Amino acid sequence: MPDEVVRTESLGCSYRVGPVLEDISISVAAGDYVGIAGPNGSGKSTLVRALLGLNIISSGASTLFGIPSERFNEWSRVGYLPQHVNLFNPVFPATVAETVGLGLLSLKRFPRRLTRQDRRKVDAVLEELGIYGLAGKLIGELSGGQQQRMLLARALVNDPELLILDEPTAALDPETRERFYRLVSDINRNRGVTVLLVTHDMGTIGLHASRLLYLDKRLLFYGSFDEFCHSSEMAALFGEHSQHLMCHRH
Amino acid sequence: MNVLEFLSYGFVQRALLAGTLIATLCSVLGVFLVLRRMSLIGDGLAHVTFGSTAIALALKLYSASSLLVSLPVVLLSSLGILKLTEKARLSGDAAIGIVSAMGISAGIILASVGGGYNVDLLSYLFGNILSITREEVVIAAGLFCVVMVLLTLFYNELLAITFNEELAKVSGIRTNLINAVLVLLTALSVVLAMKLVGIMLISSLLILPAASALQLARSFRACVILAAIQGCCSVVAGIFVSFATNLPASATVVLLNLMLFGCAFMLRYVRNPKSNN
Repeated sequence: MPDEVVRTESLGCSYRVGPVLEDISISVAAGDYVGIAGPNGSGKSTLVRALLGLNIISSGASTLFGIPSERFNEWSRVGYLPQHVNLFNPVFPATVAETVGLGLLSLKRFPRRLTRQDRRKVDAVLEELGIYGLAGKLIGELSGGQQQRMLLARALVNDPELLILDEPTAALDPETRERFYRLVSDINRNRGVTVLLVTHDMGTIGLHASRLLYLDKRLLFYGSFDEFCHSSEMAALFGEHSQHLMCHRH
Repeated sequence: MNVLEFLSYGFVQRALLAGTLIATLCSVLGVFLVLRRMSLIGDGLAHVTFGSTAIALALKLYSASSLLVSLPVVLLSSLGILKLTEKARLSGDAAIGIVSAMGISAGIILASVGGGYNVDLLSYLFGNILSITREEVVIAAGLFCVVMVLLTLFYNELLAITFNEELAKVSGIRTNLINAVLVLLTALSVVLAMKLVGIMLISSLLILPAASALQLARSFRACVILAAIQGCCSVVAGIFVSFATNLPASATVVLLNLMLFGCAFMLRYVRNPKSNN
């Protein structure tokens, strides 16, 4: 399929404690917005990390843009925002512009120098995300919401075709969180960027994503949110009341 | 003796030239090492340098010739630290500790077998910048050029892995290669710096200028430049203060660095008292 961005076939990942992901087979088309949900330890982050080649795949296979994950090297087509907690050293002395500029290195060959045109690209994405005024500020001086926007700018500055967000709003207040998700929806709609969003928040997926992928080490559901809401299997899994609550917000 | 007369001595000129080159290298690399929480790698590699110098002295290789042994041994040890963290699932500090213990014990055994500590080995322990030879200046200048060219070429990659290694990987950066470049450049600088401040004080040259710059810098580039300026100034001032007060040059350089760190810390506090909470 020419417009297939992500494909996994019987994908499995194991840590030393045992398997954390088994038999995951999915296909994500260009322009999709897939929300990945599941309980703690269900393998959500493991799945996206395996797609990016950051976790070793123990069985099956995965491809990005038709290229096996372990050999994938077209990084300019991918924007990634990992879990916030792992990212920030508060004394790191880089400015917002310097940090966002690092997102352009995937477009560069050795020696990866940034040009004046690259700096204009950085300015443009900061402008688009409404944080141009913070360009010269140290990243340790930003609020949580500003940091997330800065990291989103870093993930978007190379004009990726696929954006992978791993619990990007865990540290944000509800209002900032909602603003962030609206921004991601706009990027998906206006730029046609494929989005994979890992989150605990089923309501967010219902509001913004076109498809839901529900995991608990195995793939329990993959389809539209409407299909999820009308699935008797899901009603059996969650209980009808919980399913109704999740779908009511939708 | 006045200052001009002091400057006319060859050993002073050599000390100033080699000192500023080496201090620049250590200070710039120190920014990356401190931010990557690898500050003590300098200490570990310095201990390996001690061991390798003992081997060189046992082989009757003195001054610049001792680098023939020290350089390969320390370069290999720096890669050993990396491999230990990757393969033996050890944290960086544990890996540095293992290599450090290996270096110092090898040095002590060799010194003991070779008839106890001699003056040459002790000069490496505490450093003696004023005893730098013409060959050592040439080697320092050559290695300074190599390290600075590599640092310039890999600057953005080094910045990217220092910010976040995983994000760097997803930007297509070969993080294992860049990590190897960083530790190899550090190893080169440590071998050069041992004559300057000695094995005991090498870490201070890597850590203190970077720590001061982190107090004041308003961008990463500024941080690197500020660290290099402090490194150079402390060496030049240290040599003059040592001349005026008859104190050991290497320890004076370190103490000046410590004072500059104190000043930077105070300045940051004055500029923004809340930042210390």
